[in-house]
Amino acid sequence: MSEIVYKVGSELEKAFASGRFVVTAELGPPKSADMDLIRKKAGQLKGWVEAVNVTDNQTAIVRVSSIAVARLILDMGLEPIIQMTCRDRNRLAMQADILGAYLLGIRNLVCLTGDHMCFGNHPSARYVFDLDSVQLIQMVRNMRDKKIFASGDEIKNSKKAEAKEPRMFIGGAANPFADPFDFRAVRLEKKINAGVDFIQTQCIYDMDRFGKWMEQVRNRGLHEKCRILAGVTPLKSVGMTIHMRDNVAGIIVPDYYVDRMTRAKDPKQEGVTIAVEQIQKLREIPGVAGVHLMAIEWEEKVSEIVEKAGLKKTA
Amino acid sequence: MIVAERKPIEEIRQLTAGHGKLLVLGCGTCVTVCLAGGEREVAVLAAALRLCGSVKTTESTIERQCDAEFFDKVRKEVASCDAILSLACGVGVQMAASLFPDKPVYPALNTKFMGTNDGAGEWSENCLACGDCKLGIYGGICPVTRCSKSLSNGPCGGSADGKCEVDPEKIECGWQLIHDRLKALGKLNTLSEIAPPRDWSKTHSGGPRKLSREDVAGL
Repeated sequence: MSEIVYKVGSELEKAFASGRFVVTAELGPPKSADMDLIRKKAGQLKGWVEAVNVTDNQTAIVRVSSIAVARLILDMGLEPIIQMTCRDRNRLAMQADILGAYLLGIRNLVCLTGDHMCFGNHPSARYVFDLDSVQLIQMVRNMRDKKIFASGDEIKNSKKAEAKEPRMFIGGAANPFADPFDFRAVRLEKKINAGVDFIQTQCIYDMDRFGKWMEQVRNRGLHEKCRILAGVTPLKSVGMTIHMRDNVAGIIVPDYYVDRMTRAKDPKQEGVTIAVEQIQKLREIPGVAGVHLMAIEWEEKVSEIVEKAGLKKTA
Repeated sequence: MIVAERKPIEEIRQLTAGHGKLLVLGCGTCVTVCLAGGEREVAVLAAALRLCGSVKTTESTIERQCDAEFFDKVRKEVASCDAILSLACGVGVQMAASLFPDKPVYPALNTKFMGTNDGAGEWSENCLACGDCKLGIYGGICPVTRCSKSLSNGPCGGSADGKCEVDPEKIECGWQLIHDRLKALGKLNTLSEIAPPRDWSKTHSGGPRKLSREDVAGL
């Protein structure tokens, strides 16, 4: 039996290679220098998921840096994935942070465009978007595989020095619910050509549309070129369900879920039940390599969802 | 054209406070067309300033405030006023300031963008003057300007029903437009290619831009 050759050798890459259904979860850093909260959230996730995805100023709200939190949870024994958006950094800052994150022991990186500043708490900030997410993916891949910076320079401290490149397992995002629908799989293919190793999708509620998108993905053979994590966000309340349906662009929430949440005696528990059902349906879809749980400010529920979905790690 | 909008009268009053005699100076080109700084707007603003204060005004509108030669016509008026209130775009205001070093110059407009007139009272931004035009690739629709994030490989996940999440009421998703136009032209496959990082040094990121053309020098 030949040995698997890993690109990076991160725990996440190994989990995918093992062929098991992978579960990752999101950890939103606090909006203050609150170490206790980071410790608490990390504790809620530890042992339940393969890797923890730390967001980068999500929804354009200032939070503790994803790289700092990733290192803190690495020290607590979790496998971190950092998110990096194109909104706040130009190519110099990105590459500097990737080098730094690598030296801090971080091996997984999700490359994102980033939410527009208008949704956050600093709407008057200047945008960056020097690169877009596809170009960021390509830059990280070239840093790893070609040992070059975006400028084409080798990643060396001097001409005679040895190249010392940051090696990241590269993630991206895909949104099957945004428009134009028929271009969504094409854009994923662009990300794969740019060098993405895995992707996580936007929160899935409209299972029919997700199924159609996966069909396009399979027809193009994309599921064989990159690991696909299906995004699941448990619904917390009727208000949140309606807000997601009416106000969040790029998310489709069928009325069926609004009805269920409205009728439920215990909406929180119903949200957990729905998430478990969704995971079970997603597991049946060919090409789905795992789920990414985005329990927004509800990390405490991840263990229950994972357990009820029968995905508790046995190791 | 360059599209501009008049500042609130209160801001203009505060800017020009302390000056007894103002030259209210319009511009006959872009800002006349977009109804912000032409002869008519000069008259309206001068009247409003006189009404709400003890200021005296002289009104004049020259053909273009971005060309020095057109200012010759108003040198007398400039000499006899305390300050110039320019209804030009930012380019014209700066030209006035450079031509009259001893005279305070104030902007009466906010310069908004380069864009099109979409109908009565409607204008849209269409060009950011990036210095490296790629409209040929994108079916004549500019992703740098028409996409809220200036993405070269869009659309992002915030595109729904042809609208941009930044303001679904007002902003169309530029990438939906690019997609639809290239599809209609049978060129959708061009979007499968990864667009490389842009050279932003050709924009203002490379410093204030200059253009020198030997072929027209000395004409």
